[in-house]
Amino acid sequence: MKEPMQMRTPMRRVRGLGAAHSGTQQFWHQRITSVAGIPLTIGLLLIITALLGRTHAAVVQILGSPLVAIIMLLFIINMAYHMWIGMQEIIVDYVHEDKLKLLSLMANTFFVFAVALASVFAILKLSFGV
Amino acid sequence: MGELEAGATTEAGRARPLSPHLSVYRLMLTFVMSGFHRISGAALYFGMLLVAWWLVAAASGPNAYANFEWFIGSWIGRLVLLGYTWALLHHMLGGVRHLIWDTLHGFEPAEREMLALATIIGSASLTLILWVVGYLVMGGPR
Repeated sequence: MKEPMQMRTPMRRVRGLGAAHSGTQQFWHQRITSVAGIPLTIGLLLIITALLGRTHAAVVQILGSPLVAIIMLLFIINMAYHMWIGMQEIIVDYVHEDKLKLLSLMANTFFVFAVALASVFAILKLSFGV
Repeated sequence: MGELEAGATTEAGRARPLSPHLSVYRLMLTFVMSGFHRISGAALYFGMLLVAWWLVAAASGPNAYANFEWFIGSWIGRLVLLGYTWALLHHMLGGVRHLIWDTLHGFEPAEREMLALATIIGSASLTLILWVVGYLVMGGPR
């Protein structure tokens, strides 16, 4: 007997079946954020070293100055994305039970957003005052 | 074979084989550094809480900042900060190693060993240098 006509391509059977349900985009984004992370990490270390032992007033003034604030913002946003991808990778590697995996991936997103937003808000407040 | 049956068995979530890992490899330096990279990354993930606390405390005012300074000045705070410094530098150097591999270089046995050794020695010595500089900036331990 003749095979029934196939309307679907083999892609239908494999799409979405990877552990992260997506392709190589995050691999590439992890590389972009890692390259950007090198100068930004050096920047953070220099900033922290420059702030050691200073009074609160001096710390506020330095962290709020445009160049320092911009480097800090870039560091936070870049690392937030980098660590979100990284933790997702760890979760899909070790958590195999579906519900727990879903909850862990959600918690990862919540954590990263909360920490990044708190940091960004703090830097902006230090920059614009009040 | 019809497309339907093939699709059905795949989507039913048939147990797929896992590749053997961890226990089948000897504890070599490259293996340990691979683990360190992931562990330091996970540590930095939670270390971001420290960065957020620091920034929010600075933005909140002198009292909140004094609390942060009290914690970071305590021995446990110093230990956490030392761990954070080392994890940050180690993950950064380990990341450079991965970027080198991404260019398809550094895969020869001797090169792999050299890169692994450079990562751990580099991160340890950079951490030490940074902390010496840090204490010099502050004018000695407080």
